[in-house]
Amino acid sequence: MKSLAELAEIKARMQNKVVLREGSGDIRVVVGMATCGIAAGARPVLNAFVEEVSNSGLSDKVTVTQTGCIGICQFEPVVEVFEADKPKVTYVKMTPDKAKEVVEKHLKGGKVITEYTISNI
Amino acid sequence: MKELSLNILDIAENSVKAGADTVRITLTEENNLLTIRIEDNGCGMKEDFLRSVTDPFTTTRTTRNVGMGIPLFKLAAEQTGGSFSVTSRHEEDYPEDHGTVTQASFRQDHLDYTPLGDIVSTVTVLIQGSPDIRWVFEHRIGEAEVSLDTDELREVLGDVPLNNIEVINWITGYLKEQYQEIGYHSTE
Repeated sequence: MKSLAELAEIKARMQNKVVLREGSGDIRVVVGMATCGIAAGARPVLNAFVEEVSNSGLSDKVTVTQTGCIGICQFEPVVEVFEADKPKVTYVKMTPDKAKEVVEKHLKGGKVITEYTISNI
Repeated sequence: MKELSLNILDIAENSVKAGADTVRITLTEENNLLTIRIEDNGCGMKEDFLRSVTDPFTTTRTTRNVGMGIPLFKLAAEQTGGSFSVTSRHEEDYPEDHGTVTQASFRQDHLDYTPLGDIVSTVTVLIQGSPDIRWVFEHRIGEAEVSLDTDELREVLGDVPLNNIEVINWITGYLKEQYQEIGYHSTE
């Protein structure tokens, strides 16, 4: 059974990592979570990003956040990737599988998957 | 919406937007009736906005003049022969005690009942998105209960944020284990 003691262990582990996290958040992944996004399947997409970012060891570099309606409801689930000194990338009609690919190729590999971006519609 | 848990996620996002620091999500299942209640202490709504809030052409969004969140939730309840209500106290009129309560009941034996779906995922997504809000989740099924109060977690975690991935994974496991223990299987 999960216990609060396990949480205390997580806390102890995190405190050692706090110093490493300074200057983090180079890349921001923003998932649209308004009615339109949620109805189109944004929840599993968000979960896929959160999981894959962690599995790929990118947690110190990538922050996954949520926002309201981005304004292009017909292309939901929509995910925006913000990176310092680079143009914003807008991925449309996302799925959990596409999310995994974006983490692997774009967030980790640095290569935008043009095929999934809005410019390809 | 394919799952009621997605409606819950959507309605709770309104509480986040209203600046609430506490949001309580309470589910009660008894005699084939599911009641979902989402209560926040956000800024609340003024009376005329409240009167029109179930109208799809009323919205707070700025990208469109259409807001489907509340109308869809209401429809999902009423199509099962259930009921829907929203009450609110605006901060200007009730500076000490403001907020919104959205409540809907669903007849689970009705053909048009939408399954609850992955409620655990809804709870973790809300916490991940707004880790500084106090989330109180309670799901009563007959005599059994599954619950989570982020204040209790915060007491242990100190300044480790609730949206830390290990914490989120812990919460997922914690809730799933509670559901397993009471033999509730429709969370996936």
